[in-house]
Amino acid sequence: MTILQVKNVSKLFGSHPEQGLELLQQGWSKERIAKEKNITVGVNRVSFDIQQGEIFVIMGLSGSGKSTLVRLLNRLIEPTSGEILINGKDLRKMNKEDLRKVRRKSISMVFQKFALFPHRTVSENVEYGLEIQKVEKSKRREAALQSLELVGLKGWEDKLPDELSGGMQQRVGLARALANDPEILLMDEAFSALDPLIRRDMQDELLELQDKMKKTIVFITHDLDEALRIGDRIALMKDGAVVQIGTPEEILTQPANDYVERFVEDVDLSKVLTASHVMRRPETITTDRGPRVALEVMRERGISNLFVIDRSKKLIGVITAEDASDALKNNKKLEDIVILDGPRVGPDTLLNELFEITSMSKVPLAVVDDNGRLTGVIVRGAVLGALAGESKAEEVKPHA
Amino acid sequence: MPKIPLADWINSIVDWMEEYLAGFFDLVADVIESIVDFFSYLFLLPHPFVFIAILGVLAFLVGRTSLMLFSVIGFLIIDNLGYWPQTIDTLSLVLTSGLISVILGVPLGIWAAYSKGASRIIIPVLDFMQTMPAFVYLLPAVTFFSLGVVPGVIASVIFAIPPTIRLTRLGIMQVSGELTEAADAFGSTSGQKLFKVQLPLAMPTIMAGVNQTIMLSLSMVVIASMIGAQGIGAEVYRAVTQLQIGKGFEAGLAVVILAIVLDRFTQNIFKTKKRGA
Repeated sequence: MTILQVKNVSKLFGSHPEQGLELLQQGWSKERIAKEKNITVGVNRVSFDIQQGEIFVIMGLSGSGKSTLVRLLNRLIEPTSGEILINGKDLRKMNKEDLRKVRRKSISMVFQKFALFPHRTVSENVEYGLEIQKVEKSKRREAALQSLELVGLKGWEDKLPDELSGGMQQRVGLARALANDPEILLMDEAFSALDPLIRRDMQDELLELQDKMKKTIVFITHDLDEALRIGDRIALMKDGAVVQIGTPEEILTQPANDYVERFVEDVDLSKVLTASHVMRRPETITTDRGPRVALEVMRERGISNLFVIDRSKKLIGVITAEDASDALKNNKKLEDIVILDGPRVGPDTLLNELFEITSMSKVPLAVVDDNGRLTGVIVRGAVLGALAGESKAEEVKPHA
Repeated sequence: MPKIPLADWINSIVDWMEEYLAGFFDLVADVIESIVDFFSYLFLLPHPFVFIAILGVLAFLVGRTSLMLFSVIGFLIIDNLGYWPQTIDTLSLVLTSGLISVILGVPLGIWAAYSKGASRIIIPVLDFMQTMPAFVYLLPAVTFFSLGVVPGVIASVIFAIPPTIRLTRLGIMQVSGELTEAADAFGSTSGQKLFKVQLPLAMPTIMAGVNQTIMLSLSMVVIASMIGAQGIGAEVYRAVTQLQIGKGFEAGLAVVILAIVLDRFTQNIFKTKKRGA
């Protein structure tokens, strides 16, 4: 379900923004408008739909207009043109009262530098949104404590914000935004001010929270790694316009233009690509065959081991050519020689974790899904190949 | 080129005001006088020692032992030197003009912070008020309010209100944009934003302005005594005109003691509040 629709929204700064808008439509560049008309284009005709429950990341370098864009979504900045529909209602057509209602009930915001009120305790900060709605003291305190517990800050409610570390302060910011129980959470570079390790933790926690809460999150960041880690979809911005919208994989594997390609070329792929990207089609044999058939298959394909599966494709183990020929001589069955404790990983395992496992194992890595079914195989060369940029969409597709 | 008849203009404006705004000035005078009277009645009601004891307790609450010792010893000296009623008169005058300055100055400061247009008018007027020699205010004040404590309060307010307005404006404007944005983002009304976020955060700066205002109005007491405001200023003025060095020093010392006590009180009130919160 679409919860937030942004249609052709622009924001221009200057004394005659409408004029700048017309020139944009006539094809003038942002630079030319700034130079000749003294109008700054903040956001340039942006459109996208955000689905209920997704994490939509808006990514761009500083000056790309992402922070302006997020402020248009709750009208902290007035758009120059376009429509912003929240559950079908146009935010721009609302009067002050209705807009306040939306801000109180539907959209909350988390800020880059936390923006906690220093004169209020942690709990009073979290209560703020309810307090201005005149919710009675005991109720809002209860809601605040719940929301603080959610972000792991139980017991800190009566401290002042500056007694807390940066990471904890941003948890308060998050708790404050959650206390209103909004449908949409706007997070403006929420983790950018934190140091890298804490940022990582916060990202993990946000994903965990999101699993429980299923909010719609609009997350602004300049950090591609962050965008790729947490985004269900990413909108990449440049000069106020959206250059590409897609899933992290689409952005990485099918960049829309040179700009995106240059943007993503420095990405540490090992932290982004997963087992499902680099796995190959596995060679398998079912348990009811004998060692002779197994050896024949291996010889034909030129490989030295085979995965053994049952009829429902469930992985049982792996056999090697050596063991198979040994079995043939000693008249053993397949079950006697199958290695049951070979390494297995899930399809979402990150590449950098695969490294270690492949280097320690003699047999290839099996990729199994949640039901224990074999979906692919990973050979050491494929991991390295993917990191070297060889990965091609056709190759990484898991076989059906 | 003929001289611009500025003085004549000012005179005719003052004349006009005197004629047509007399009722308004009477009302203002009544209000101010009753505030001053209320304060001095309240302060003279208990015996000086009782007053000093209460002051000591308040001083301890506000600024701990050192302020308590200073206030008690200082006011005992004043009483001992025989300036008790005059000092109380002066204290009442200063508190009245301080109160009026806060009541007028804080809203004006907020307005100036919110509106560029307002601050474009208010700021130059403040510059004018602060730099025009204070004696110049005495004449129209006397014309409108005759002699006595009321023109003294008016002149003090005009002279002393600028820091409250300026620092209120500064305090509000210094509240970080992210915090006001956060207040907006959660759906605050402008009133909620002002009272729950901006004013509390601007409070230390506003209090610095109030402190300055009170100090400035205290510095006006000697000048105000020239137009008949009673109090310790009148003692200083008399001693100066009669070349009584010793008496002048005594009365001056009373002013200094009062000044230091008022200064420490206004400086500390906010800090203790914050600590307690």
